[in-house]
Amino acid sequence: MDYGVSDPAGGNPRSPGQHRAIKILLAGGFGVGKTTLVGAVSEIRPLRTEEPLTEGSLRTDSTAGVEGKTTTTVAMDFGRISLRSDLVLYLFGTPGQQRFWFMWDELAIGALGAVVLADTRRLADSFPAIDYFERREIPFIVALNCFDGARRYDPEDVRMALDLEPEMPIVQCDARSKESAKDVLIALVEHVLVTASEEPLSGIA
Amino acid sequence: MPSNDERWLDAEAGPVVRPYALTQGRTRHTGESFDLVATVMATQATIADPGSLAPEHMSVLQLARAPTTVADIASDVDLPLGVVRIILADLRELGLVMIRTPVVMAERIDKHTLREVLNGLRGL
Repeated sequence: MDYGVSDPAGGNPRSPGQHRAIKILLAGGFGVGKTTLVGAVSEIRPLRTEEPLTEGSLRTDSTAGVEGKTTTTVAMDFGRISLRSDLVLYLFGTPGQQRFWFMWDELAIGALGAVVLADTRRLADSFPAIDYFERREIPFIVALNCFDGARRYDPEDVRMALDLEPEMPIVQCDARSKESAKDVLIALVEHVLVTASEEPLSGIA
Repeated sequence: MPSNDERWLDAEAGPVVRPYALTQGRTRHTGESFDLVATVMATQATIADPGSLAPEHMSVLQLARAPTTVADIASDVDLPLGVVRIILADLRELGLVMIRTPVVMAERIDKHTLREVLNGLRGL
């Protein structure tokens, strides 16, 4: 995978026509607003996959009644934001269920970080995503999508409920709003910058 | 439990067989793996023998005339990602495309780039 020409000094290595692609993952339970958030801040593009089911996913995925099914259709939300002519941000909304972790494994390589979008009415739906990113030490933040009519919770209560570290940012957002979606991404990048400052070791692939 | 060769697919399962028929049933591509946001670029302006390529391979090649990414191509041709990967690897083997991992992917994203991303987002 690491066959890209890279400058170990971490400067600005690029040649004309070359663009830098940054990946951000957006995870969360079904119906939590991932598509909405991607659509609010970027040009949303459909991406479909028909992946062969791995042994791992066969174990966790209930295939009762469809035992002959050896591939699974995974629809992903994918959005791109051109920040500069040579710097493009890609947002990937990934299905939250554990059976799709094989997709995340690929998406997570080289990703800047992740946003776990959570609905306070169904906080447990965000557990798998939080576990996943914690275990792989992928920097992430939690964004609470404030649905109409949903009771607002104190982020500190959510922190306790999700057992998150005190320094982990928890932001509230309205996934429909461009400004709000933008603020979520900014909060993530700021968090990654702070984390990067604490760990001066650079160049770790 | 029904036996393994008993197929039971509903519409929701999607067209399971057809997309991979384009790849002669292959579900794994050849050569080095490449990222979803790896840059794809055609190596030649014109194809000497366009008839030798399947229409899907031609479509993918057309899209790669200007540098683009694996994800963008998959979205544009509306084929499953796995199929597009195999087509891209075929084209790479024929020397028709170059696939390279974006520089930022190759190692940890440096602070300079992070600040650029931050400024870019703030300016949206």
